[in-house]
Amino acid sequence: MTFLSLRNVAKSFGGVTAVDGVSLDIERGEIFALLGPSGCGKTTLLRLVAGFEQPDAGAIRLDGQDIAPLPPYRRPVNMMFQSYALFPHMTVAGNIAFGLKQDRLPAGEIGARVAEVLKLVRLEGLEARKPHQLSGGQRQRVALARALAKRPKLVLLDEPLAALDRKLREETQFELLAIHRRLSLTFVIVTHDQEEAMTLAQRMAVMDRGRVAQVGAPRDVYEHPASRFVAGFIGTANLFEGTVAGQDNGLVRVQSPAAGCAVAVRHAGTLSAGTAACVAVRPEKLRLGDAGCDNGFAATVEEVAFRGEATLCRARLATGHALTLSLPNRARAGGDAPRAGAAVRIGFAADDAVLLTS
Amino acid sequence: MRRAGILPTLLLLAGFALLYLPIVALVVYSFNDGRLVSVWSGWSLRWYRALWDNRQMLDSAAVTLKAGFVSATLALVAGTLAAIVLARAGRFAGRSGFAGLVYLPLVMPEIVLGLSLLLLFVELDLDRGFATLVLGHAGFSAAFVAVVVHSRLVAVDRSIEEAAMDLGAPPLKTFLWITAPMIAPSMVAAWLLAFTLSLDDLVIASFVTGPGATTLPMRVYSQVRLGVTPEINAISTLFVAAVALVILTASLVNKGLIPGRSNGDSA
Repeated sequence: MTFLSLRNVAKSFGGVTAVDGVSLDIERGEIFALLGPSGCGKTTLLRLVAGFEQPDAGAIRLDGQDIAPLPPYRRPVNMMFQSYALFPHMTVAGNIAFGLKQDRLPAGEIGARVAEVLKLVRLEGLEARKPHQLSGGQRQRVALARALAKRPKLVLLDEPLAALDRKLREETQFELLAIHRRLSLTFVIVTHDQEEAMTLAQRMAVMDRGRVAQVGAPRDVYEHPASRFVAGFIGTANLFEGTVAGQDNGLVRVQSPAAGCAVAVRHAGTLSAGTAACVAVRPEKLRLGDAGCDNGFAATVEEVAFRGEATLCRARLATGHALTLSLPNRARAGGDAPRAGAAVRIGFAADDAVLLTS
Repeated sequence: MRRAGILPTLLLLAGFALLYLPIVALVVYSFNDGRLVSVWSGWSLRWYRALWDNRQMLDSAAVTLKAGFVSATLALVAGTLAAIVLARAGRFAGRSGFAGLVYLPLVMPEIVLGLSLLLLFVELDLDRGFATLVLGHAGFSAAFVAVVVHSRLVAVDRSIEEAAMDLGAPPLKTFLWITAPMIAPSMVAAWLLAFTLSLDDLVIASFVTGPGATTLPMRVYSQVRLGVTPEINAISTLFVAAVALVILTASLVNKGLIPGRSNGDSA
């Protein structure tokens, strides 16, 4: 059974629609990410689940219970805030114990639980510090510990790693995964960072202007984007706009002015000729040289950028359309990357491209 | 820091002199031995001693302190509530009207305020005395309290209060445990401000108080009309000292230099 279920949830602020009829099903024990650009309604959705906002329409059910009428302090849900929102006048231990005190737990039990979550987030020994005596990473851990201390059914995390620097963020991602595995709680994470969402989440919802654009596992969403928006937001996509010219054996040919020819793409559904469509290819699916590829183009390399694990290339077709390629750096000598100005052939397989109609 | 030129420094000194030389003179002459206010005849504490024996003066001082204490406390409660509504209640019908009414006493001439209170108390058939004095002072100091507390309240991260509610604390508990400690320095400062306002006030007090509750400023004012004695200098010096002390404390508390319980700014 669905653990957290949202049905046609809508919310607007003074005539501006923030969440526009969202339905989502989140399973018990999973890490679910709400991903989207700023202003897409993901944080509002989180605040609706936490109870800080009331939905204008729709139902929110948690573990079979309708929680929409409950105020935030009666919901079995705890949130980790983007700003961490630590209580500045309380110690680390006081912050973590605050929620437990609200439940009137005996003092011994509170002490044991505080020690337990402090150990979980590796902050032993800092109990007596005030928030302003902690580093950014330590504050982030206190905020997480505070949200976990009550053992809520559902933990909401609003941009939990956004304030950390890159290195710390990557480490913390894996720690968060380990903590999730140990506690087997349900996490809903809001983030604008697609890498973070893909690293952490088992499933994610990509949101756009208050609506859910696509729900799925990170790999599905990346390899099978449902729309141009998703293809462009998750990773980078090379798009060939055009019209369907024909279809046979599961291959659709899209006549694209940008490519200057017909582009072949594998697609299961049937499309009538003349339908507006778009072929999307990821930069790492493009190859230098088109031997054995279903599609091949002549291009000139314009820019080459070394990025460590891969080299990004920008190449322009004779039509003026620019493509981005990501070429893995397999050899240390770097002999596989082209030079700027080189004339090359670029190809990709029909299986590696996606046909988008919306 | 950039070094200021000679002209700005001179202007600054001239400004300070204009403001504070009279007060310095008043303080110095309060230690004068002679009977004349303007002729120096040696150091002495004689006028402070005379003050100590002046029953009426001491009674008035007691009335003033008590009125200041009670009215500042009332103003703190009312002003803080108004500040909370203005900072936290969001948009509601009549919000700007409410804000205007809360802040109006800041700009209203005291004489108008005093007169209107007098008319109100007469209309209500209230005997004028200590109670009306306290009400009058609490009313106009509440506006100052609201300004001070409101400015602090809007600086408090809303999500800290939300976090408390999220962890299971109902709104009142959230205010008492989380918000109040964070705004405590501003509440202390606001109380002290309200206290000095009440201490200093002459105009409103002379409208709203009765024969049993003459405040110190009123007593001093009526004596001055009969002629200035060095005793007035002495009481004024004490007044200046008291007010300066309170204002200094208030600003130190507000800056967090004196532990008024929290380190709200540093989180």
